[in-house]
Amino acid sequence: MTLAELEIGKEAIIVSVGGEGALRRRLLDMGLTPRTCVKIEKIAPMGDPLEMTVRGYSLTLRKEDAAKIEIEVIEA
Amino acid sequence: MIYALIGNQNCGKTTLFNQLTGSNQHVGNFPGVTVEKKSGVIKGHPDEEVVDLPGIYSITPYSNEEIVTRDFLLKEKPNAIINILDATNIERNLYLSLQLMELGIPMVIALNMMDEVRHNGGTIHVHRMQKALGVPIVPISASRNEGIAELVETVLKVAREAIVPEKTCFFEGELAHCCQSIAYQLESHAKKADIPLSFAVTKLIEMDADTIHALALSDNEVNLIEHLVQDLEKSLQLDRYAILADRRYVFIEKVTAECVVKGKTSKERQRSIQIDTILTHKYLGIPIFIVIMLVVFFLSFNVIGQTLSDWMSSGIDWLTDCVAMALANYGMNPVVQSLVIDGVFAGIGSVITFLPIVVTLFFFLSLLEDSGYMARVAFVMDKLLRKIGLSGRSFVPLLIGFGCSVPAIMATRTLSSERDRKMTIMLTPFMSCSAKLPIYAVFTSAFFGVYAPYVMILLYILGMVIGIITGLVLNGTSFKGNPVPFVMELPNYRLPSLKTVLHLMWDKAKDFLVKAFTVIFMATLVIWFLQTFDLRLNVVSDSKDSLLALIGQFFAPLFRPLGFTDWRVATSLMAGFSAKEAVVSTLAVLTGTSMEGLGLALQSLFTPLSAFAFLVFTLLYTPCIATISAASKELGSWLRGLKIMLMQTGIAWIVGFLVYQLGQLLL
Repeated sequence: MTLAELEIGKEAIIVSVGGEGALRRRLLDMGLTPRTCVKIEKIAPMGDPLEMTVRGYSLTLRKEDAAKIEIEVIEA
Repeated sequence: MIYALIGNQNCGKTTLFNQLTGSNQHVGNFPGVTVEKKSGVIKGHPDEEVVDLPGIYSITPYSNEEIVTRDFLLKEKPNAIINILDATNIERNLYLSLQLMELGIPMVIALNMMDEVRHNGGTIHVHRMQKALGVPIVPISASRNEGIAELVETVLKVAREAIVPEKTCFFEGELAHCCQSIAYQLESHAKKADIPLSFAVTKLIEMDADTIHALALSDNEVNLIEHLVQDLEKSLQLDRYAILADRRYVFIEKVTAECVVKGKTSKERQRSIQIDTILTHKYLGIPIFIVIMLVVFFLSFNVIGQTLSDWMSSGIDWLTDCVAMALANYGMNPVVQSLVIDGVFAGIGSVITFLPIVVTLFFFLSLLEDSGYMARVAFVMDKLLRKIGLSGRSFVPLLIGFGCSVPAIMATRTLSSERDRKMTIMLTPFMSCSAKLPIYAVFTSAFFGVYAPYVMILLYILGMVIGIITGLVLNGTSFKGNPVPFVMELPNYRLPSLKTVLHLMWDKAKDFLVKAFTVIFMATLVIWFLQTFDLRLNVVSDSKDSLLALIGQFFAPLFRPLGFTDWRVATSLMAGFSAKEAVVSTLAVLTGTSMEGLGLALQSLFTPLSAFAFLVFTLLYTPCIATISAASKELGSWLRGLKIMLMQTGIAWIVGFLVYQLGQLLL
């Protein structure tokens, strides 16, 4: 499953980060590395981008970019 | 000595810079790029200069901001780095710190917003962390001006004694072994090329072409290192970029586990989440944004800005009258009188009256930026701008363009990527500015009667549509490839600091005044000269003999395919280059009517169709001189400003041509 499919309010663990070039480096630099916990907070009014919490701060990503991040949902 | 101030975005860097330097600041661009370079002298230390580098998250060579930072650190070799961190968000902030430490430049960490951490029941064991990281750390609160003196003292000491970071490699296990082997190979090369060894090692793991070139490595040596890295990738089951990022964060997690006692979720963050339930609400988010912008526009262009502007213009009028009277009484040569009154005072005066509007607008914009709301605007509006290759960040500058292109272009400074900044500057003039309204008003009421408002709305929409098309074309051609990824932090809302806001206002006001007294001053003189003299440099009595009219006559045939050939029309368009309002006033002067009678006079010059083609042309053709000079300054070269002029005039001509010719076929 990818980060773009994660429901609002659910937490997940990053398995791998896809994409390439500047985008991929940027995702990694911002702390979206494997084994990191992420939680989707909300979706923008027009349905995109997403807001999430990672490493204690809020980050926004477009859905198409979030779809490049493989995750595993943490069951509560 | 020179110090580099570096940190993430939203970590209080600008506030710290203002605290360190006071008002001794110099703002410019880094050579060749549209990236702002601010430098200033540390208060009380006249020989110590701080350079404020762009807010970045990493020194990968992808964006120009990162390249500028890297080049500055490697080539200018500052005596020390001041790395400012947001203590409430320490993990991600330390990521940049580790990369900076690799450079082996004397460095001090300024741990900002420590008060907030404590406030929420957390602590950071500064001594322990200092030991773990191997660099001096000074806790500060930039907004409350706490710890700044100690920071300065530490930084000066570190620079004077050249105390470099104790650690430059933060890896363990296989990656550490790999680094050692690469370091062994690179050592002599790095020394020769004067590149920090640890930095060279990580760059070689990434196979960074610039570094390979700078180190003058042979193909054999590169291949050998590539093999080492490939082996590492195989055994760790990750690729090189992920390995580096992951192991840096692993080290950071270890350090924070030892040194940071996390408090409860901070009040600031909770408050932010609460505010966002309204401001980025599914249904309320967009309406609220529109209301906020309307209020800002209304206050800037109407209430506050306009009132101040009116005062200012009455002041200038009064002064003009006084000077005019004095010159007349003195019996000064009438040409000189005209130069001073019609040239200097009228020209500068018309621009200066915009100053209060610009300053008021920037007051509100910097409040919105500083509070953290602008990031939300980008979040809410991103989807709209994505198709043309921009992000939500460009929305506000484009919106301001409907008021005036000059502050709009100045507002692109807040965009975090150079590419977006350039593209936004090029698209801003398509948003029909308020100075074009008088032209629309006169023409639509003269030719379109009850349909006047619809024609006006049509013009605004046409401007946006052409802007979007231009954006699509630019995105596919000169700005092709590498759109900057929209991976943006949404910072916690904070109370804006008055000092920062005032600083920004002062900067913008200064910018504007400098422009008014240099470029615009010269331009108005040129136009005055062209209006006042004929070919033999005699003062003209009839405006149709002036040089400007002559040039108008020369260019008039160019507009035949657009349906208006009268030289007076061409002349008014040229006068519009000084300011768009001048188009109608020039037409009034040249047709020998008052503003009231202008509508009637125009009906002998235009048909409704050619009038519409004219409106389309004025909507799209070259922006005024003030806009061009603002754009040239932000883009860092006059050539680029000239390009915008030519591009827009070309587009205006083509669209005007299509409108007139198609109109003739259809009607």
